Amino acid sequence: MAELTYLQAISDGLRGEMRRDKRVFVIGEDVGVYGGAFKVTLGFQEEFGPWRVIDAPLAETAIVGGCTGAALMGMRPVAEMQFSDFVSCAWDQIVTISAKQYYRAGTPVPMVIRLPSGGGFSGGPFHSQNPESSFAHIPGLKCVCPATPEDAKGLLISAIEDPNPVLYFEHKHLYRRIKGDVPEERYTTPIGKARMHREGDDVSVITWGAMIYTASEAADQLEKDGVSTEILDLRSVLPWDKDAVLASVRKTSKVLVLHEDTHTGGFGAEIAATIAEEAFEDLDAPVKRLTAPDTPVPFSPPLEKAFIPQVDDVTGALRDLVAY
Amino acid sequence: MAIAREAEPIGSLSEVKDAGLDREDLLGMYRSMLITRGVEERGHILYKQGKIPGSFYTGRGNEAAAVGVGSAMGPDDVGTPLHRDIGVHIVRGVEPWRIFANYMGRADGPTRGRDGNVHLADARLGMIAMVSHLPAMLPVATGAALAFRIRDERRVAVGWFGEGASARGDTHEAMNFAGTRRLPVVFVCDNNQWAYSTPTHLEYAVEHIADRAQAYGFDGVVVDGTDVLAVYREAKRAIEKARAGEGPTLIECLTLRMEGHAVHDDAFYVPGEMFEEWAKRDPLERFRKWLRENVEMTDAEEEEMNAEVKRLLSEAVRRAEESPLPDGSSVTDGVYAGPEALLTPHH
Repeated sequence: MAELTYLQAISDGLRGEMRRDKRVFVIGEDVGVYGGAFKVTLGFQEEFGPWRVIDAPLAETAIVGGCTGAALMGMRPVAEMQFSDFVSCAWDQIVTISAKQYYRAGTPVPMVIRLPSGGGFSGGPFHSQNPESSFAHIPGLKCVCPATPEDAKGLLISAIEDPNPVLYFEHKHLYRRIKGDVPEERYTTPIGKARMHREGDDVSVITWGAMIYTASEAADQLEKDGVSTEILDLRSVLPWDKDAVLASVRKTSKVLVLHEDTHTGGFGAEIAATIAEEAFEDLDAPVKRLTAPDTPVPFSPPLEKAFIPQVDDVTGALRDLVAY
Repeated sequence: MAIAREAEPIGSLSEVKDAGLDREDLLGMYRSMLITRGVEERGHILYKQGKIPGSFYTGRGNEAAAVGVGSAMGPDDVGTPLHRDIGVHIVRGVEPWRIFANYMGRADGPTRGRDGNVHLADARLGMIAMVSHLPAMLPVATGAALAFRIRDERRVAVGWFGEGASARGDTHEAMNFAGTRRLPVVFVCDNNQWAYSTPTHLEYAVEHIADRAQAYGFDGVVVDGTDVLAVYREAKRAIEKARAGEGPTLIECLTLRMEGHAVHDDAFYVPGEMFEEWAKRDPLERFRKWLRENVEMTDAEEEEMNAEVKRLLSEAVRRAEESPLPDGSSVTDGVYAGPEALLTPHH
């Protein structure tokens, strides 16, 4: 075990796979000489050379389409979007080709797209978004959202190993803020399996990504009032661990679905609808959703603070549920 | 002013031999063109008979361009042919019955009924299945070339697009990326002058699409797309250049789409004189004459080939009609690949 930051764990997982499997290569804007905008691939080009750590032109369509072509030829590409927001420029390649090629043509597309996501540092409307729910709607894709260093490494290795296109949403606000023990050996974290972050009896929070830590702080506060909060880290939104969610609902009977993405059509809606369909009888309160409001991500700190769910928002929502 | 080189037509037999083709190759190419046209004519009939769901697209007028480029590819080369390029699939060895099966949504088509009409490909033959967003295939072809470059393999990817597709950003991104890295990819523009109903002057403002190649740092060439031998010579040159590590080429094959965008479209917007003019340059007739004049293709050979192709296509239609429709209960099968999918090499 070594204590690594979330960012170091991503690098560690990626470097290990590149050492182990020469089919794995990295492509993106400024990933080579510069080591990536966030330095995830710092030192990679020195180790693996310019044809396995490829500085691409500023062209997300070419990057993602290039990965699809290379994957079809037997490579294991890992693309980096400099910010997840820029994936909009590659939407067509992901949704039209990568996601559908196996169903249509029977040819698997084993590729990974890394998407630095999320806000909390005044990145503004184009450097802060959480686009996972848009892609969770696309059959043929897989979407993972690790919250801990251990899962960051394990899910990245699983994503590279997976025969399908996997979108790997890494939360920028966790990069250097979160540290944790990470096994030094190679391991995988299963895609589509939730992780119990904190066991509790009175109320459940279903969430993922950076909101795990917001929920944890809220749970600590509620514990002082004698409220026991369960936090389930979904880890993947496509496929998602319905069984784990329903088990937690059946245990506590009160549920808060929490995410940093905006409200309408956010992935929380899918979770809430599923709970209503399959665990209605187990509920002691209506399912509650706490999300960002339906706006672009604002820039100025007070506005961004009002946009991203804060600890006080979570404690308020949980208290409402407990009191119901 | 044109920037791209304008390719000379093929003249003598010695030129053809220099390009690496013997008599048997030439007759084989003609046969592929006959099959290509025959598949589309039969398909059109099946469509009118109500046996093909959805719509139906043909590449009439593009047979030489497709067969010429397809014939110039090496056995390990790959490509992303589009809906006017059935000839490429024929040259690569896709059996016509599987094409009919795909048209008819049958379980034995290359897409097992998952996708229709010309959205088909046999990966074992180096083909990558197209999507309707046509220029989107160019970055994919470039990515295949990238894989070859990373692994230092002497293989080439061919990416097809139309003059309509040239208007979209994917085309630019793919060519720009391929140019910066000198990747082993050849871009082939089937310029049939009509993108559905839109004429060329509303798609691009340069004289030739191939003129753009210079902006990406590689060569462009315009070739008469009804001259199968000229297309072959230019494609061979470009493919071998790419294979030698000397970077991409943009080949523009100039043709006319001799039918509507799809069978529902009567192409009323194409001037009648234009059809008349290009009908005189029918690629099959043109090559047939050349074969008779230059390699003494005999009446007997011609009759035998026509009869053989006719039998082949009748048998293909029969076999495709025997193929079952997919079972509706299989609709959710195969959305995701399991680990076993990676055990079969598709490349």
